[in-house]
Amino acid sequence: MELLLDSLFNGVAIGSVLLVAALGLAIVFGLMGVINLAHGELMMLGAYTTYVTQLIFKLPILKPFYNSYIIVSIFLAFIVSGVVGILLEKTIIRKLYGSPLETLLATWGVSLILQQFVRSVPLAYGTGLVISLLIGLFLPTTFPSKIKESINFKYFKFSSWIFASLTGVLTGSVISSSVSKLSRASARNVDVTAPSWMRGQVEIIGTAFPKTRLMIIVITLISVIAITLFLNQSAWGMRIRAVTQNRQMSDCLGISTEKVDIITFGIGSGLAGVAGVAVSLLGSVGPNVGGNYIVGCFMVVVLGGVGNLLGTVLASFGIGIMTDLIGAGRLLSIWPDMPLPLSNTINFFATTSMARVMIFALIVIFLQFKPTGLFPQKGRMVEN
Amino acid sequence: MSLSKIKFDKKIVLSFWIILIALIIAAPTILPVFRLNLLGRYLSLSIVALGVDLIWGYTGLLSLGQGIFFALGGYCAAMYLQITSSSEFPNNIPEFFALYGVEKLPFFWEPFRSPVFTFLAIWIIPALVAGLIGFLVFRNRIKGVYFSILTQASLLVFFNFFNGQQKLINGTNGLKTDVTQLFGQMVGSESMQRIFFWITAILVIAAWFFAKWVVKGRFGNILIGIRDDEPRVRFTGYNPVIFKTIIFSIAGGLAGISGALYTVQSGIVSPQFMTVPFSIEMVIWVAVGGRGTLLGAILGAVFINYAKSLVSEALPASWMFIQGGLFILVVTALPEGVLGWIQGDGPRNLLQRFGLKRKIETYPSLEINNKEGNNE
Repeated sequence: MELLLDSLFNGVAIGSVLLVAALGLAIVFGLMGVINLAHGELMMLGAYTTYVTQLIFKLPILKPFYNSYIIVSIFLAFIVSGVVGILLEKTIIRKLYGSPLETLLATWGVSLILQQFVRSVPLAYGTGLVISLLIGLFLPTTFPSKIKESINFKYFKFSSWIFASLTGVLTGSVISSSVSKLSRASARNVDVTAPSWMRGQVEIIGTAFPKTRLMIIVITLISVIAITLFLNQSAWGMRIRAVTQNRQMSDCLGISTEKVDIITFGIGSGLAGVAGVAVSLLGSVGPNVGGNYIVGCFMVVVLGGVGNLLGTVLASFGIGIMTDLIGAGRLLSIWPDMPLPLSNTINFFATTSMARVMIFALIVIFLQFKPTGLFPQKGRMVEN
Repeated sequence: MSLSKIKFDKKIVLSFWIILIALIIAAPTILPVFRLNLLGRYLSLSIVALGVDLIWGYTGLLSLGQGIFFALGGYCAAMYLQITSSSEFPNNIPEFFALYGVEKLPFFWEPFRSPVFTFLAIWIIPALVAGLIGFLVFRNRIKGVYFSILTQASLLVFFNFFNGQQKLINGTNGLKTDVTQLFGQMVGSESMQRIFFWITAILVIAAWFFAKWVVKGRFGNILIGIRDDEPRVRFTGYNPVIFKTIIFSIAGGLAGISGALYTVQSGIVSPQFMTVPFSIEMVIWVAVGGRGTLLGAILGAVFINYAKSLVSEALPASWMFIQGGLFILVVTALPEGVLGWIQGDGPRNLLQRFGLKRKIETYPSLEINNKEGNNE
């Protein structure tokens, strides 16, 4: 019993990291048909945001609130990755709708640039850049509609970008002068230390669980609930679902598909940032941290079926539990006296890397029976 | 995508070939050994680029897992070289086995004692693996980005397998070939490298002719048909699965040959050949050179790799930016690649923009004229 609970918990813990990482991807891929290979790098940005927030909260002014930095960083990471995602959508992805393979290559290029960016630009100035992007993108939308409709709006837009870049440079230099760790570019991995209330373990029914893992499960749970509520209850959620079902028709009925695309992509990218916070709790943060998760996320999306959050949830927990069962060789401890060839096989696959081999083989076998995943979209088209 | 080719005079074509052959023969004497070795490696990479072009440029299948077949070819060659030069080591097996306490050669190494088997295995094993993966995927009509994701996932699986199995194939350290013997000569020696360069150059030309032959005629037309409208091909009575599987295993075989040549010239094969970035890089060579143009794939592979080595020598940090920019630029601004742009309407459009060439009648207006006037 204890063993089973332990295994289940480990599986859920692995699965919830996968789920929070794959959630944004599932939304962007499922609703927009866009393959975003830079998703892992958006996660990395989220993880770095956690690191920067942590250091800023160590400053004397914010020191009393240090213990709550992780909560703040969840929101900040959502905003940072969301803003970068929106910029990505506005500049590159918008041009490539309808050609997913091209999007795939272009987003790979973006991911390379982002990786090199965190290596060769000091994090303080990176923060400044994100802040100026944030102001530049959102300040014009807050102007009253009278200004927006006037011919001179482009000058307002231009001056708000100037203001944004000045603010960005200012914040960058303030951060870089006050936090010395952020003032130099470095390719080395950094570590996020959990606040004291998150260290240690909790005992549930006689088994000890690390608190960080529980925190990740909580983050995942909240993200899933929030995104489900958003998609099903809010007006924009309804518009997003409408555009997913029939883009032309929604356009005809007066839904701004352009705005829907931006919002969808922004939320998907923002969720990648939240996933980055979760990932930063698990290990050290480096420029390559996203790459470790991206293929797993895609497997979740493929297995779960496109455009269905329930499929994504089931697929990630399924993969998580299977990874734990195979990777830790748990079947052996459940059934100790199994025949020798079988136990040899299980031992052969009982490492993290070999578990991946096995999981992939299982997914391919599964796709032989259900090629479009657990919950396929219904349709009568030849394509799809 | 326009496939119109510029027609060349026969004499020009002949003189082009003579110059090319002269350059290949003369290259080892002109270039220093280091540069020659680099050029040989890049030429061998252009063979895998040809395969990528066949499946992506002509058939529309974007594989992100060509590294699997590339590395398999490399491992086949390296296993043969290791095993033939292991006579002075304990148990007559390659040296690294002793590190892990392995005394008996794993069974799958045995056939690699035979050179004939190895020469066949270098391209047949990758082709078979490609055929198997391809068949399982295509059979279910999995295509587009799903195909790309699945190939990438299988790449990761192969990487994990080869990376984790120290006792079978030396795991993450890979197999070294530069200190092994082939026909009594050291593989890493200068004279051997020169021979490998010539073999590579000949094989690149052979692979080019082979690819040209593949895309010519009905078979090539069906491939292009699959790329442009697969359901229509299916409704016309062809089974796309067979054609896709065949072309995917051809590309796999080409990747295997390429991997073997690359391995003997770089001196090592390791799971690093199966990393995700390397396989995507192969796609960008073809994209920059011009997908759907075979020469573009070769030129793209050679020039981008050459640029990579030059830039990385001068400014190591900037190559990632340049490469990332290339991906974005080629997709958004130059979707047909450089050669496709030259062979298509690119130069004319550029000249028109500066007013250097008269604008030509566009297609719809010609159509309208035809409908109204003479019906020829």
